[in-house]
Amino acid sequence: MASGTPGTERNRLATAGARAATVTSLERQPRGDIWMGNIFFAILLFALTIALVGLAAIILQAAINGAPAFGWNLITNGPSTLNPEEAGFRPAIIGTIYLILGVIVLVVPLGIGAAVYLEEYADGTRWWNRTVELNVQNLAGVPSIIYGILGLAFIVRGPLDLGFILVAGSLTLALLVLPTVILASREAIRAVPPSIREGSLALGATEWQTIRRQVLPASIPGIVTGVILAISRAIGETAPLLLVGAATFVTFNPTFTGDNGYSALPVLIFNYATRPQDEFRVLASAGVILMLIVLLLMNSFAVWLRNRYEQQW
Amino acid sequence: MTLEVNGQMTEKERKENLTLPSEPSQEKGLSHQIAVKADGDESGVDVWAKDKVFEVKDVTVSYANKAAVKDVTMDIYKNEVTAMIGPSGCGKSTLLRCLNRMNDLVPSARVDGEIFYHGQDLYGPTVDPVQVRKMIGMVFQKPNPFPKSIYDNIAFGPRVLGMDNIDERVEKALKGAALWDEVKDRLKDNAYGMSGGQQQRLCIARTMAVEPEVILMDEPCSALDPISTGKIEDLMAELKEQFSIVIVTHNMQQAARVSDKTAFLIVELDATENNRWGQLVEYDETEKVFTNPADQRTEDYVTGKVG
Repeated sequence: MASGTPGTERNRLATAGARAATVTSLERQPRGDIWMGNIFFAILLFALTIALVGLAAIILQAAINGAPAFGWNLITNGPSTLNPEEAGFRPAIIGTIYLILGVIVLVVPLGIGAAVYLEEYADGTRWWNRTVELNVQNLAGVPSIIYGILGLAFIVRGPLDLGFILVAGSLTLALLVLPTVILASREAIRAVPPSIREGSLALGATEWQTIRRQVLPASIPGIVTGVILAISRAIGETAPLLLVGAATFVTFNPTFTGDNGYSALPVLIFNYATRPQDEFRVLASAGVILMLIVLLLMNSFAVWLRNRYEQQW
Repeated sequence: MTLEVNGQMTEKERKENLTLPSEPSQEKGLSHQIAVKADGDESGVDVWAKDKVFEVKDVTVSYANKAAVKDVTMDIYKNEVTAMIGPSGCGKSTLLRCLNRMNDLVPSARVDGEIFYHGQDLYGPTVDPVQVRKMIGMVFQKPNPFPKSIYDNIAFGPRVLGMDNIDERVEKALKGAALWDEVKDRLKDNAYGMSGGQQQRLCIARTMAVEPEVILMDEPCSALDPISTGKIEDLMAELKEQFSIVIVTHNMQQAARVSDKTAFLIVELDATENNRWGQLVEYDETEKVFTNPADQRTEDYVTGKVG
């Protein structure tokens, strides 16, 4: 570099100046920004406290209110309008399990397939691929009632014309959580370093062999975590199910394709909560706790799975 | 030593080589290469053509229409270690990645010119890059073992290529990479538990397991300590009996130690200093490049005056 000498001289002066400036000010100085820092810290703490207290209050209230109803009846008995002391959630629990099984069967292959295409095959410079990417992200934020209307128009009636059956509910919920699964799977696939792909391809493996035997196995923890979080959301959804035919009051066990109605946990909780008698309010609270337990179990499983199989690159 | 003396020695050596073809010692190897030239000059026919692995002809590689390396012409020979040295950005890694079509993975990359592999156009319309990479393996700068067991790391290649006797191949490859004694009792352990040097030798073993003809190495020791580096350099000396090796390195001493031939590339700037690309300056026997280079720029670089 031609201007080497003056540049070096300037650097030397700058360094010396900076050092002189820092050496003199080791003592604490009266500064406004320290106050600002403390205030900011207090605001953050306040926000956290509000969130935690609110959550704890809901859980505590539901637990206290629902306590009298806890017992095996809650799981083994069906709903009843005549003797609420004996009533339970059995058909709704089975309905929810069936619904979620259907969602898993639909969402895992579709979600992973879409994610593999978008990450490994799609040419990101093409406008149609960019449009798909943008829309998948937007779809994850669409209100669930919209999916309910979509399910009613296209799955229950319209082109598919399935009627008000449990599978229609599964399909609708699957559509609802599909964007979440796609996004989580894409993140997991993207987290596999390119060096692994290169190493595999350099051995003469094809692109498909590389994806199938290196990329997907390495991204399973992330994908499973995404699937479980998506299912946790699907379990709690009520609005779309009401639209696609989940009945609020079903006393028999549902089947996948039977057209005489099915129910789900949140739907039955909603039904109990709107009844005037106090006994049903107790049942609704107990149902909330039941759902929270299921959700906590599933989320803990997701966390355990991620920690167990997480790969440090 | 003058050229004429070299020439005379060559004639003598060649006769010896003809009578004693089964004993090509290291010293003879050097004169042997000079013989190629002398012979080529005399008759106009290159009788050693069968020993060439690659013929690189006027190759220009560009990313998004900006040339990374321009107009490279060089031949790479069988059962030799060929080193590529030069400053950062001179395109030596780019050039290396063209030899097994790894550049295909970069969508904006374009290769002009021709690369022949045993006379076959590597970029011909009917050539399948997967088949190319089967024959021409690659070891990368940073050790990149798969997140699997040591055994599965080696077995992956043979398995996807549909080979049999996986156990034997794993053992042979690990022995070939001088790793067997260190890992034979923990083949089922995760490869990430190995040291960096072991991981890199595992990657070399993994490449050997699919029995390629050429192994390309892209700065294989730059992330390793001197002891691990020494082990890999020893390994290279053994491997060239079986494979042809092309190595890109920043370490000139390494090139001098391990290679038979050395290519020196530099970064060239255009008049506006906005465009830069790599250019091959000199390609010759390693000893000549380091002791008596033909180009002043090579001499400045290898003696440490620049760079």
